[in-house]
Amino acid sequence: MRKVYVREEVCIGCRLCEVYCQLKHARSKDLVKAFKRESPPPLARIRVDEKGVVSLSVRCQQCDDAPCVQACLTGALERNPESRLVNVDEDRCIGCWTCLLVCPLAAIKPDTEQKRALKCDLCQGEEIPVCVANCPNEALVYVEV
Amino acid sequence: MARAEKIKYLIIGNSAGGIGAAEAIRGVDKAGTLTIVSDEPYPAYSRPLISEHLSEGRPLEKILYRPADFYDKNKIKTLFGDKVAQINFSERTLELESGRTIAWQKLLLATGGSPIVPGMEGKDLKGVFTFTTLDDAKAIDKFLKQRQGKIKAVVIGGGLIGVSATEALLKRGVEVSIVEMKDWILNTILDEEAAALEAVALSGAGVDIITGHTVARINSSLLGEVNGISLDDGRSIPCDMVVVAIGVTPRLDLVAGNGVKTNRGIIVDRRMATSVPGVYACGDVAEAYDFVYGENRVTPVWPNAYTGGRVAGLNIAGKKAEYGGGTAMNALKYFGVNILSAGMVTPPDDSYEVISQRGDGIYRKVIIKGGEILGMVFAGDIEKAGIIYNLMKDGVNVAAFKEALVADDFGLASLPEKIWRARLEIPASEEASIVPPVELPEEAVIDE
Ligand SMILES: Cc1cc2nc3c(=O)[nH]c(=O)nc-3n(C[C@H](O)[C@H](O)[C@H](O)COP(=O)(O)OP(=O)(O)OC[C@H]3O[C@@H](n4cnc5c(N)ncnc54)[C@H](O)[C@@H]3O)c2cc1C
Repeated sequence: MRKVYVREEVCIGCRLCEVYCQLKHARSKDLVKAFKRESPPPLARIRVDEKGVVSLSVRCQQCDDAPCVQACLTGALERNPESRLVNVDEDRCIGCWTCLLVCPLAAIKPDTEQKRALKCDLCQGEEIPVCVANCPNEALVYVEV
Repeated sequence: MARAEKIKYLIIGNSAGGIGAAEAIRGVDKAGTLTIVSDEPYPAYSRPLISEHLSEGRPLEKILYRPADFYDKNKIKTLFGDKVAQINFSERTLELESGRTIAWQKLLLATGGSPIVPGMEGKDLKGVFTFTTLDDAKAIDKFLKQRQGKIKAVVIGGGLIGVSATEALLKRGVEVSIVEMKDWILNTILDEEAAALEAVALSGAGVDIITGHTVARINSSLLGEVNGISLDDGRSIPCDMVVVAIGVTPRLDLVAGNGVKTNRGIIVDRRMATSVPGVYACGDVAEAYDFVYGENRVTPVWPNAYTGGRVAGLNIAGKKAEYGGGTAMNALKYFGVNILSAGMVTPPDDSYEVISQRGDGIYRKVIIKGGEILGMVFAGDIEKAGIIYNLMKDGVNVAAFKEALVADDFGLASLPEKIWRARLEIPASEEASIVPPVELPEEAVIDE
């Protein structure tokens, strides 16, 4: 399957990946509306961690033997056997946050308002995930592994 | 005796552990006969969600752990609503309460725990409940529906199950008092400070919390129904119902005096094998490796049951797999307070170092010894807790960057480069190809 990787050497921490991720997962597809008027505000499923000159755009790596899938109390987290993508079934997720505890990348975003876990879905329906497509520095790459 | 059928893989217990094993077995062997026996009459459901069943009537279909066609699809024969009465380990057979005898080649004991009910006066009265099964939740629901007017409950035990029951009862309009024997609620999974955050939320929701006391007796009305409890100091609290939630204990009845080595739970090795060849155990009934304590312990939480079951299943089906170990770990979301904890929550003595950070509903704490993390409690801001948990699980020496672990801006970038690279790097595989192609700087693909 294809996965997104960060080339830390050229990631400058501009956070545009977060912005595009938020927009992609917003109800409104309009940037201004999504950011200024949506309530609850759209949440990014990826995150930029920074320390000094190191910046890392972090997202779910769809682990083999994913610890989140194993830990999920309700069965909401499941791996799609065809696409190998780890999905959250939003109807079954109750926001218990057990998955957050076991994720080595802290790649699951708690939507505390709607009580459900959010994670990178590799932008289903897009040829290339929007974070990769819109990274101004080509710091994000979409790799067949 | 009639010739018994011989099942290749037999699993007792249809919950986290049993399902983890069944899925692993089917990943290896698609056809070998596989049977799951459970005395609960339902397909596997998420046990923690019995609270949602009680509070908001979430039906069985919406708390199922796996899709309804799971058993058919995986060619799993189910014997639900039947109880294993006894096991004959030398003959490799077992007897069901319904009278059948089944022969097995490999057996998994995933029998979980049963609620502890102390032998106090009044424990058998109408209106006394436990809260560990869907049927328990249904029984409470039925009781509440039959009663008119304001109902008052006493929950005995302020642990996870007690708090879970309390939240559900409160949502049903019941007035609740919790009686906790120790000094603070949730004392086995939270330290005093994090528990206080939860206690404030509970009190704010109207729950009366009594700590440092036990219930000496449940009092009865003339009709044989609960009408109150008496505390160990003689005080009494009127109530219409009682939920006994002081803990669960490994369900060892099937192995008692049977040659299977037990301590608090069934002792298993890193392959989840018991002392009897061909017999495995996992989940709440098992005492498996705890990576924090470096020894076998009972860690009765859902993720460990599933993962232990998975390891057992792989070994049962002939693959070699080792349990990396589990530790006590909990995620709490009760009353809107989000808390994650794992490992030790209070240092046992002052040879441990505690690093913490607090403020504005946020609390982060890690316990360190010899450079390694042995425990963690994160409240309010829980987003990065998984990074810490995995440093603990991997036994990483954090001495050089320990202060960063509880900082506001903690993230993967706060870790030494070697660690974040290992977690984020493109796997060095020959097939790895980049779409669209870009030039990678050398060091990004070199495995250190
Ligand atoms: C209210 C509540 C809330 C919880 N919340 C959390 C939480 O938030 N996070 C968390 O990690 N954990 C939580 N837990 C704990 C979690 O549910 C358990 O750790 C988990 O269910 C253990 O799974 P298991 O497969 O070992 O056993 P169990 O789930 O206990 O299942 C064992 C099954 O085996 C059956 N069985 C036993 N003996 C026999 C026999 N002789 N014949 C036939 N069948 C038999 C039992 O009836 C049962 O169905 C909670 C538990 C409760 C009750």
